[in-house]
Amino acid sequence: MIKSSKTPFRLIIAGHVDHGKSTLVGRLLHDTGALSEGKIQAVKMMSERRGMPLEYAFLLDSLQAERDQGITIDTTQIVFNSAKRSYVIIDAPGHKEFLKNMISGAAQADGGIVVVDAVEGLQEQSRRHCYLLQLLGLTQVSIVINKMDLVEYDEQIFSDISIAASNYLREIGIKARNIIPVSARSGIGLLRRSKKMSWYKGPSFLKAIDGLTPLETPNDKPLRLPIQDVYKFDNRRILVGKIETGSLKIGDILHFSPSNKTAAVSTFEHWGEQTKKDQESAGKSVAFTLREQIFVERGHIASLQETPPIETNVFRARVFWISQKPLRTADRLTIKIATAEYSVEVQSIEGSIDTDTLRLTPTDEISRHEIGEITIRARATVVLDAFDDNPKTGRFVLIDGFDTVGGGIVSMDGYANQRGRYDVISQNIVPVDSKIDRTARAKANDHKSGIIWLTGLSGAGKSTIAVEVEKQLFRKGYQVYVLDGDNIRFGLSADLGFSPEDRTENIRRIGEVAKLFAEAGILVITAFISPYRDDRARVRTIAPEMFHEVFIKADLSICENRDPKGLYAKARNGEILEFTGISAPYEEPTTAELIIDTEQQSVDQSVAALIEYVSNNFTPHH
Amino acid sequence: MEKLDILEAQSIFILREAFANFEKMGLLWSLGKDSNVMIRLAKKAFCGNIPFPLLFCDTGKKFPEMYAFQKHYSKEWNLNLIVQKCPPIDQIDPSLPPASRSAARKTEALKMLIRDNNLEAVIAGIRRDEEGTRAKERVFSPRGIEADWNFKDQPPEFWDQYKTKFPSGTHIRVHPLLSWTEIDIWRYIRREKIPVVSLYFSKSGKRYRSLGDHDITFPIDSEASTVEEIIHELEITKVSERAGRAMDHETEDAFERLRVNGYM
Repeated sequence: MIKSSKTPFRLIIAGHVDHGKSTLVGRLLHDTGALSEGKIQAVKMMSERRGMPLEYAFLLDSLQAERDQGITIDTTQIVFNSAKRSYVIIDAPGHKEFLKNMISGAAQADGGIVVVDAVEGLQEQSRRHCYLLQLLGLTQVSIVINKMDLVEYDEQIFSDISIAASNYLREIGIKARNIIPVSARSGIGLLRRSKKMSWYKGPSFLKAIDGLTPLETPNDKPLRLPIQDVYKFDNRRILVGKIETGSLKIGDILHFSPSNKTAAVSTFEHWGEQTKKDQESAGKSVAFTLREQIFVERGHIASLQETPPIETNVFRARVFWISQKPLRTADRLTIKIATAEYSVEVQSIEGSIDTDTLRLTPTDEISRHEIGEITIRARATVVLDAFDDNPKTGRFVLIDGFDTVGGGIVSMDGYANQRGRYDVISQNIVPVDSKIDRTARAKANDHKSGIIWLTGLSGAGKSTIAVEVEKQLFRKGYQVYVLDGDNIRFGLSADLGFSPEDRTENIRRIGEVAKLFAEAGILVITAFISPYRDDRARVRTIAPEMFHEVFIKADLSICENRDPKGLYAKARNGEILEFTGISAPYEEPTTAELIIDTEQQSVDQSVAALIEYVSNNFTPHH
Repeated sequence: MEKLDILEAQSIFILREAFANFEKMGLLWSLGKDSNVMIRLAKKAFCGNIPFPLLFCDTGKKFPEMYAFQKHYSKEWNLNLIVQKCPPIDQIDPSLPPASRSAARKTEALKMLIRDNNLEAVIAGIRRDEEGTRAKERVFSPRGIEADWNFKDQPPEFWDQYKTKFPSGTHIRVHPLLSWTEIDIWRYIRREKIPVVSLYFSKSGKRYRSLGDHDITFPIDSEASTVEEIIHELEITKVSERAGRAMDHETEDAFERLRVNGYM
């Protein structure tokens, strides 16, 4: 077959150890006449030397150690041409120990084949590989049921495994393109259907892979151009990078994140190019200059102004972990997203995913070869996209020291885009200084003012404690006022919902209002879930010396049992989406001035504890 | 995008990643077709410049046409070329089969280049379709203190995220052409009009498909005397590219041993 000049389709062959992946590929190369002269002769000699019949896997297992042990250690990439098109076949190892090599191969692929042994059926790595293909964003997946000769080409066995495989794929959100019975060693079912399995009406293996469709070039997505470098070889200042998605042309105003500076594209600086172009699109490595000299460096992402990427310092991720050392909460790592590197910390581990049962089990650590759901916090602003919106800027690797220890994909579920959130839009505004300062007001009221910020899960007891403390303090002569969740949401925040962005905006407004109350001399108690550490920290920044964070602590199970408003029941039924603790995150305080544990203490004890804190901190004789 | 455009864009991306991450690196110029393509790609990546030296391990046994090519184009392309003479054969491991032992001289010269120039990375023009162990390579492939390749435990390489952190004393081999095939190289040579050594073209029914030392490299039967004819020949041939390279075929694992010990 003629070697095509077209872009090849990259196909990963995955599956459990010894289910026949390398044999399948070897036999395919042999039967389609893709092998060079002498190659099959060399493999015959290798097989004879080891006292084996002709071993097709040796065509791929090019390392001596692989042939001696009869296993594939590392991924091989090999070019293959069918009558229809060209392929790069990526033969992956099935042994659990070499999972990192399988993922390295799969991360390059356009489509996947998972090979399943007809005798053994779906095994641990069959499912794990399916899961990883899905996690990596591959939707073009077919199943090959191999070694049909060992089960006498039995239709029932094929059908049972087919059902199990397609059920599993459906649960993880993939529709199996084809499920194909073959006997790779004897070449049955590879190039054409076999009479031995007249009950099978689907395509042969070769026809099935010819039917997988290539991924579309991501031109229709917003522009993402991660900057690789800035060159100053002469008087030109040239920015270089590969366009991951979208396109750009001369004159486009580029927006750089996270610096949030903008400048127009002046020229493309393509040395040795026959035709001068004024537009370039996804996949191209470009070099260009800007009309204005702004500060840009490696790691910045260029986009168009209307469609910038997300900026955040906290996000959720699904990670695959490959280090011997387990991943734990508070671990510090380096993350690489596109061309940027950031220092990050594991804020929390939500759980690990059992790829057999697909259950998320709460855990303190993610062990080697496990897949976990975690929350990552960075010190600086991270520029990214959710993987579902843009895989190229929504995936990352994790580095510890010299080594890549894992990789993963970004989810912004439960967290807000922080882009431009705290910018003051109005210009020409000057704050007016009051002639009465806070000390004067404190003297008149006989107590200091401030913000008692209660935070905790719904049902932890925030409102109960707040109104009781308000009542008792008022009787003692305090200027005290409670800002409560539902009251605010009827008025000040009537336009906001419960999305991460809206929750954050709600807390920002409450923080500003609380500050005004406190400046007016009042002791203000707020009773809001306020689940995000960042949001609370921001209120603290608004009024640093007046802010007192009080954690009203109770376990989720306790709160769910109390369920005073019946909200947990609704959330569990799916009637309320994005409910804190169930389907949205709650980040416990790390800087609270006071912790009131309502699991251990009665309402009266809790109220007394807060009253004591107030009299210790807000009355003048202290 | 066309296949050659995709390959070109990816190779340029790889070269720029290497330049952004490594302060001291060099590009191996074997004078063969693949490394000539790499020079072209490097000039495209760095806007007409090559901001690092080219490296040549001189066995003293290249064909005269190759030395003439080197002399002419290092000047015409304005290359910063560092030449390292290979140690004599009696300093090489005598347990190796003869052709491998001869080829291993290049490995020793390369180690000297790395040591003397404190190189963190060496760019080499190997391709996956040339040979089985190269088919298992990474784009950024770490080598140990002795330039050794730990092929049993290669680092993961997810998407375009390459290994750029490594202990001092070790180095990274950067492989910008890993995904190219032999015919891609010739189609690119045709498109970009890249000069190559005349030995690749048929004379009296023979031509070289792969170039090395004159005593361990052999020509194949071929009538292809132009780039166009070579492309046509490759579209249908069933002879492997390195059939004429003696060190690949001495024992089952001869070439693997060479590469484990630091050969390209």
